[in-house]
Amino acid sequence: MAEINMLQAINDALSMAMETDEKAILFGEDVGHFGGVFRATSGLQEKFGRDRCFNTPLTEQGIAGFANGLASNGMTAIAEIQFADYIFPAIDQIVNETAKFRYRSGNEFNVGGVTFRTPYGGGIAGGHYHSQSPEAYFTQTAGLKVVVPRNAYQAKGLLLASIRDNNPVIFFEPKRLYRANVGEVPDGDYEIELGKAEVVREGTDITLLAWGAQVEIIEKAADMASKEGISCEIIDLRTLAPWDVETVAESVKKTGRLLINHEAPLTGGFAGEISATIQEQCFLYLESPISRVCGLDTPYPLIHEKEYMPDALKTFDAIKASIKF
Amino acid sequence: MSNATSHNETVHRVSFLDKDSIRIPILKILQADGTVYENAVLPAIDETLAHKIYDTCVFTRVLDERMLGAQRQGRISFYMTCTGEEASIIGSAASLDSGDVILAQYREHAALRYRGFTTEQFMNQLFSNEKDLGKGRQMPIHYGSAELNYQTISSPLATQIPQATGVGYSLKMQGKRNIAICYFGEGAASEGDFHAGLNMAAVLSSPTIFFCRNNGYAISTPTSEQFKGNGIASRGPGYGMHTIRVDGNDMLAVLAATQQARSYAIENNAPVLIEAMTYRLGAHSSSDDPSGYRSKDEEAKWQQHDPVKRFKLWMINKGWLTEKQDAALFEKYRSEVLAEVKIAEKLPMSHIDTLIEDVYDTPTPLLKQQLDTLKKHLKKYPKSYPNSEGSV
Repeated sequence: MAEINMLQAINDALSMAMETDEKAILFGEDVGHFGGVFRATSGLQEKFGRDRCFNTPLTEQGIAGFANGLASNGMTAIAEIQFADYIFPAIDQIVNETAKFRYRSGNEFNVGGVTFRTPYGGGIAGGHYHSQSPEAYFTQTAGLKVVVPRNAYQAKGLLLASIRDNNPVIFFEPKRLYRANVGEVPDGDYEIELGKAEVVREGTDITLLAWGAQVEIIEKAADMASKEGISCEIIDLRTLAPWDVETVAESVKKTGRLLINHEAPLTGGFAGEISATIQEQCFLYLESPISRVCGLDTPYPLIHEKEYMPDALKTFDAIKASIKF
Repeated sequence: MSNATSHNETVHRVSFLDKDSIRIPILKILQADGTVYENAVLPAIDETLAHKIYDTCVFTRVLDERMLGAQRQGRISFYMTCTGEEASIIGSAASLDSGDVILAQYREHAALRYRGFTTEQFMNQLFSNEKDLGKGRQMPIHYGSAELNYQTISSPLATQIPQATGVGYSLKMQGKRNIAICYFGEGAASEGDFHAGLNMAAVLSSPTIFFCRNNGYAISTPTSEQFKGNGIASRGPGYGMHTIRVDGNDMLAVLAATQQARSYAIENNAPVLIEAMTYRLGAHSSSDDPSGYRSKDEEAKWQQHDPVKRFKLWMINKGWLTEKQDAALFEKYRSEVLAEVKIAEKLPMSHIDTLIEDVYDTPTPLLKQQLDTLKKHLKKYPKSYPNSEGSV
């Protein structure tokens, strides 16, 4: 067990996935000798050779299509899209091909061996094109699994599970935590089951739900609320598709209140889906409207990034409003 | 018979077209010592134009040096230099009419300067202050100016290429004797948008210059891992497009090629592809460290091909510039940049109300409500939001 950061944990998971699966191939822009712009793939080309870990030409649609081709023929494709903001040229391959390969062929073919890794999210002064959280574009696409880790430990176990899952996975990595999040991570091989949320902290008055980098934000808000005598239960959703309705519903039936926090804009965000399902399942248990603390319905800004973000203070105020409702 | 096969012969035994059969000459006019090659055909250039070009070179060098320094000091968050590529960018920009529309990638601020973007305007964008034309919404170096026909930079690569095809077509439809020029790197030419843009330009007869800065690297990825063909120029004839390759560090060669490309595009309502062979002397950006993927020796070799120095020597040979005047020009811009930095960094950011402007032509009711809620929150916790403190 060593204290490492999230990038090292991801590097570790990739290395382990390549070691335990000789069919695994890792590729993307600048991931070869240089080890990626964030260095998540450092040393892997040296370790596994240029045939298994390499730079691609600069084309996201090409990367995604190539990944589909590899996986359709029995390989394990681990593809990096340099920033989630740059995944959109690949959306045809991902939405119309990756997601439907199995269904359209009656399971004659599938691309379950595909994993797309991509850094997402704000808080790094990255403006419109280095900050977006596009998870909801993909959660509406049946056939894709969508996974987001909150820390180094989770990143390693969830990434190994994603790569080995027999379904295509988009693995969103919270880049503002890449180096900032340091924690104990086992040296050995382990997986964290996909599709399972985790109750990070138990509480009685309100359930706070987030994923990725926003989990630490709701934890801060919960600390602030606890000073005012409010007991928050904290859930990390971890997998957005398919999402763990049962764990969330069970928690809300206990607390009677739900707050969902995500960086992506409010309208069309995944919080809307969660809210609708939970009000169906927990209608008679709810003591206040389900609260959404999200990004504004604007493109991701630069100078007003701090104001835009669904931060701990906004979450804290929303917790109090929910309690006082 | 389709035009794809009409001028080709028929053979009766297997004969592959050799992958190395496409040979592309490179245009060079100016030598390293500032003299021109024997028999070289010079572009149209007089002393006034030469001074405007050189002035832009010096300003760009000073801006890049000082603002990279400002980034290192933490005064701005990000920066990108175009060091080593000035001849490609300025030589091409100087061949255009001010009504020609520029769609740049992100490393072409020298073209914007050539058009007349002021030092103050550069600083306002770099410091994201309230006078920034982009209202502080994008990272530093994402300049744009409708007045100067320079479309605002968008970070995603190659998206500007098919857009340029559309702009060129619109200029033709509007009956203007103008073209669009689209800049991009050799890495961006791997994106699907490159194929879409060039093929559509040829098929739809769009008067557009596609100007590729082949500078050797896409962040860390060298051209040897980007394509296997003969550069980007080899693709032009495949699209049915007039094509030329130039020494991108040779101001006179770039000027000559772009002047003639522009005339051809307008007279024939047709696109032209220019591939400028150059080298990115600096890092990809202030977030990058090239020591992880290329050698100091390689960089030193390219320092010998400095495009600004080469053009300067030509100016001196012509008797249009002295070392003393050159030094004074650097000094003038160093003082000017420093003075404008001091002003720009003190100006406030755009008001919080601008956050919901320009999402649509007018803010929607939901956006207004979101802003209202946000402002109540900011008023409650002013100290936690220093950028908007005191403005709500």
